[in-house]
Amino acid sequence: MIVKPVISAAEAAAKVKAGDVVQLGGFLGCGSPDSIIEALVAAGAKDLTLVCNDTGIHNEAKGVSNGPAPLVKAKAFKTMIVSHIGTNPETQRQMNAGESDVRLVPQGTLAERIRAAGNGLGGVLTPTGVGTEVEEGKRKLTLNGKDYLLEEALPGDVAFVKAKRADKAGNLVYAKTARNFNPIMATACAVVIAEVEELVEIGAIDPDQVHTPSIFVDYIVKA
Amino acid sequence: MIEYVENKEIIARRIARFFASGDVVNLGIGLPTMVGNFVPEGVTVVLQSENGMMGLGPAPEKGKEDKDLTNAGGMPVTVLDGGCFFDSAVSFGIIRGGHVDFTVLGVLEVDQEGNLANYKIPGKMVPGMGGAMDLVAGSKKVIAATTHLEKSGSSKLKRRCVLPLTAAHEVDIVVTDVGYFTVKDGKFRLEEYFAPYTPEWIVEHTGADIVVAPGCKEFR
Repeated sequence: MIVKPVISAAEAAAKVKAGDVVQLGGFLGCGSPDSIIEALVAAGAKDLTLVCNDTGIHNEAKGVSNGPAPLVKAKAFKTMIVSHIGTNPETQRQMNAGESDVRLVPQGTLAERIRAAGNGLGGVLTPTGVGTEVEEGKRKLTLNGKDYLLEEALPGDVAFVKAKRADKAGNLVYAKTARNFNPIMATACAVVIAEVEELVEIGAIDPDQVHTPSIFVDYIVKA
Repeated sequence: MIEYVENKEIIARRIARFFASGDVVNLGIGLPTMVGNFVPEGVTVVLQSENGMMGLGPAPEKGKEDKDLTNAGGMPVTVLDGGCFFDSAVSFGIIRGGHVDFTVLGVLEVDQEGNLANYKIPGKMVPGMGGAMDLVAGSKKVIAATTHLEKSGSSKLKRRCVLPLTAAHEVDIVVTDVGYFTVKDGKFRLEEYFAPYTPEWIVEHTGADIVVAPGCKEFR
């Protein structure tokens, strides 16, 4: 088995260049690669395009800032492709002020566009969004009497995913609902970096229990 | 003279009566989440949560929260025996693939054509659609849960939604705090009314085309 390089969060953050499309796993902070997010803020990352389910929970009164919220606050993103921004007033402020381009995508469509990118597909046909603003500018096809929108694949330059456990080959196991977008993003980006809570020897994970096969993982960061 | 008083509990209680044992149900954030508290004894539904689980259980005791186990609102939850976890692509495969029996969600507006608006008030509030568009497009039955009147006194049931739509022609059932309606042939149809409201009061206070179903009765 090929052993994957174990790097620091700062080294992981340094893999990102200005202008990159960065896919971040996590759902309202659950299953987010927090050490790497912190390192990206410290590195002063700028001009990135974010692909994530949401922009995290940002609540100054309660002192909560999770998921991508610290990066939003640091103005790291010129574009954010997400399904929900309702829990982050700073994203809404940047959108209304014209500081960031926020593109809202239905959650299932976002997942499927990412999956398509990782699976060699040009896009998918979905009924979601037919008859709404989401269909504007998209091709509509009718198959067997039902309308579908053509949604293009959404690949990325770098994926930062979060797993509970990895072996040194890079096989990943996620925990509970912290799985969410992580496994599909791990298939869809040129460089995939997994932040993990536990790093175990090759052979310590039952091959039947692997969620993300090692082939998708380039680097490991120990949280 | 009947005076309108907002009552979210009656909405949740009525919706919970639609379910039969074995139904897979997705409950939206807020009022729809309350529905889970009123499922009748002897009825076992399976709650699906779009962030990636089936077998959603109640909130954990204080101090027993698990950072890796949350609902679609990011709040700590538990998992029931027999539950399972999956990624977001599988989760929306379940949803879009027609494997969810009921989705219950809150609305800003719902109209007599079965159109629903709940994700955006242009220039004012743009939380985003999250999973709502997929849930409404893919679930077998869509139940819109809403108070009947706005604070201003205008009806949430409209002839035509003005706000950007979450989905077109997908709503099957609307439950408000005055009654339960189906959406048929471009009209709301009052199926049941909740005391103290009467069918006459409801027709008068609904800003849309509405008929009273022949078998319309009081919900008890």
